[in-house]
Amino acid sequence: MAALAPTSLSKDPLSNGALTRIFGSRVKSLEIQHTQLRLWTCFRSNSGVKLKASAEPPALTREPKSDKQESIMEMGNGCDLFNEMKNNFLSFKKHKYMENLELFQALSKGQAPKFMVIACADSRVCPSNILGFKPGEAFMVRNVANMVPTYESGPSETNAALEFAVNSLEVENILIIGHSCCGGIRALMSMQDEVDSSSFIRSWVIVGKNAKLSTKAAASNLSFDQQCTHCEKESINCSLLNLLTYPWIEEKVKKGELSLHGGYYDFVDCTFEKWTLDYKGSVMEGKNRVVVKNQSFWC
Amino acid sequence: MEMAKHSTEVVVAGLKKILISEKGLDQEVQGKVEKLIAELQGTRPPPPPCDPDAQRIEDGFDFFKKNIYDQHPDYFRELAEGQHPRFLVFSCSDSRVSPSVVLNFKPGEAFSGRNIANMVPQFDQLRHTEIGSVIEYAVKALEVKNILVMGHSRCGGIERLMKLPDESVTYDFIDQWVQIGLPAKLKVLAVANDLTFEEQCRLCEKVSVKNSMANLLTYPFVRNAVVSGTLTLRGGYYDFVNGTFEQWKMCTEPMPPMPMPF
Repeated sequence: MAALAPTSLSKDPLSNGALTRIFGSRVKSLEIQHTQLRLWTCFRSNSGVKLKASAEPPALTREPKSDKQESIMEMGNGCDLFNEMKNNFLSFKKHKYMENLELFQALSKGQAPKFMVIACADSRVCPSNILGFKPGEAFMVRNVANMVPTYESGPSETNAALEFAVNSLEVENILIIGHSCCGGIRALMSMQDEVDSSSFIRSWVIVGKNAKLSTKAAASNLSFDQQCTHCEKESINCSLLNLLTYPWIEEKVKKGELSLHGGYYDFVDCTFEKWTLDYKGSVMEGKNRVVVKNQSFWC
Repeated sequence: MEMAKHSTEVVVAGLKKILISEKGLDQEVQGKVEKLIAELQGTRPPPPPCDPDAQRIEDGFDFFKKNIYDQHPDYFRELAEGQHPRFLVFSCSDSRVSPSVVLNFKPGEAFSGRNIANMVPQFDQLRHTEIGSVIEYAVKALEVKNILVMGHSRCGGIERLMKLPDESVTYDFIDQWVQIGLPAKLKVLAVANDLTFEEQCRLCEKVSVKNSMANLLTYPFVRNAVVSGTLTLRGGYYDFVNGTFEQWKMCTEPMPPMPMPF
C-alpha cells in the first residue's frame, strides 16, 4: 500500500531525530505520519492506579493476529478519516489561516482573549460554531454538563483552567453556556442522591446537586423533561455561584474587572438567552441565589 | 392573519407601556417582559449600552442562526433528536486552537473535552471524575469510533510543566494539573537535554500527546473497545507558527502468547 501523502510540510529535524531517540526504531519519518505504539498491558509497575476492570489483560492471552489483519489495523480503517482530517485542515489553512496571516502571526506570539467560556462537551454546542468565536477570542473549557466545581472541592481540570484564565490571561468575562437536551443534566436528574463512585458520570454531575434540589423544590409538578430543562438553567446559575467561591475570582468581580455571565443555547428552537450575574444583588441574597441583570433573548 | 397581527401589536404596545410607566420594576421582571416583547415581535431587545463584549456574542449567534442553522433545518432537526459523533476530541483550552475551527468539525461531529495542555490523566475514580466522565460518556453512551488528542505549538501548560519547580510563582491548581505530563517531561529531559528550553518544550508538546494516548488505555472501557477494533486512538499536533498539522494513530501489534505454567 502506498504511503500516505505527508500532511506536514515541516522540515524541522528536531521532531524526527528526537522522537526517534525516545521511541526507537518504531518511529517512522514524518512523511509517513505514523508512529507505532505497542498496545501493552495497563499494569505499569509504578502506577498507583487500581484498575476496576474485571476483564483479563487482553494481549497476554490473545492469539496473534494474522499478517493481513495487522495490516488492516495499521492502515485500512484510518485511511478515509486521515484524508478527511487532512482536507479539513488544508481548507482551514487556505481559507482562514493564509487569508488572515497577520492575525495568525500575531496570535502565534501570544493570546489575549477577552472571554473564558465553559461549555458542555456535547458535539452539538461548540461555542466556536454557535457564537462564532474566532482564534484568539475565547479560552475554553469543555466538560460534561458545563459545570464548575467549588474552590473547596480541590484541584480539577476546570479550576486549573480558571486559574490560568483569570490570573494569567486576565480575561474580562467568564461565560458559562448550558444547552437543551443535556445528557449530563439528565443523568443528574435520574440518579439517586447518594454519591455513586462506580460511575465517572455520576461522580461528576453531583457537582450540580444544588440545581437538582432547587428544581425539585420549584418544578416538581412538571414533567421529567420539563424538570430537566429547568435544571439545565438552574445548573448554570449554581456554577456561577460556585465561581464566587474562588477568592481571586470574587475579588476581581467585586472590583468590576471581571464579569460572570450565563448563557443557554436551545438547539431545538435555535434560541440563545444570555444574562449577567449581578454581584451586589447576589451578595445581598447571601450568595444563595443568583440575581441577574442585562438579560437578552435571541431568536 | 390581520386580526392576529393587530392583536399582537396591541399586546406589544401594552407591554411597552408597562416598561415605560413602571420605573421601579424588578430587573428580572423587566428582562422577562423584554423577552416577551421580542418573541411577539420576532426581534430582540437592544443590547445594554457600551457593552461591546455582549454585542460580540450576539453578533456571533446571529451569524450562526442566519447562515448555518436556518440554512440546514433538516440537519439540525435531526441533531436535536440526538447526537452520534464519530470523534471524541481532547484539545487545549488555548483560544487559538479550537478543533471546530482548525479541523472544521461541524455540529454533531465531535464530542469535545478542552483543558490545560490537552492532557488525559490515568484512570482515577477519585481524583479525575471530570475528564473520566467525558471519556465514559463518549465511549459507553455515544460509542464514538475515534479519540483524538490534539496538542499544539507554544503551549503555556507544557511550558509551565517544563519550568517546574518554580519558586518565583506558584499556582494552586495549574501546577498540580500539569504533573499529568511528567512522564513526557522526564523522557524529553533524558534524551534531549542538549536542546534549548524552547526546543524541549516543543518536543514535550508532542510527547505529552503520546503520553495521554497511553493513559487512555488505563480506562478499561477504552482498552476493551480498542482491542475489539471498535475504537481508534489518534494523536495530532497543530503548529500555528508554521501553519502545519500532523497526525498519527496508535496501532496494535500481536503480543507473544503467555507461557502456560506447568
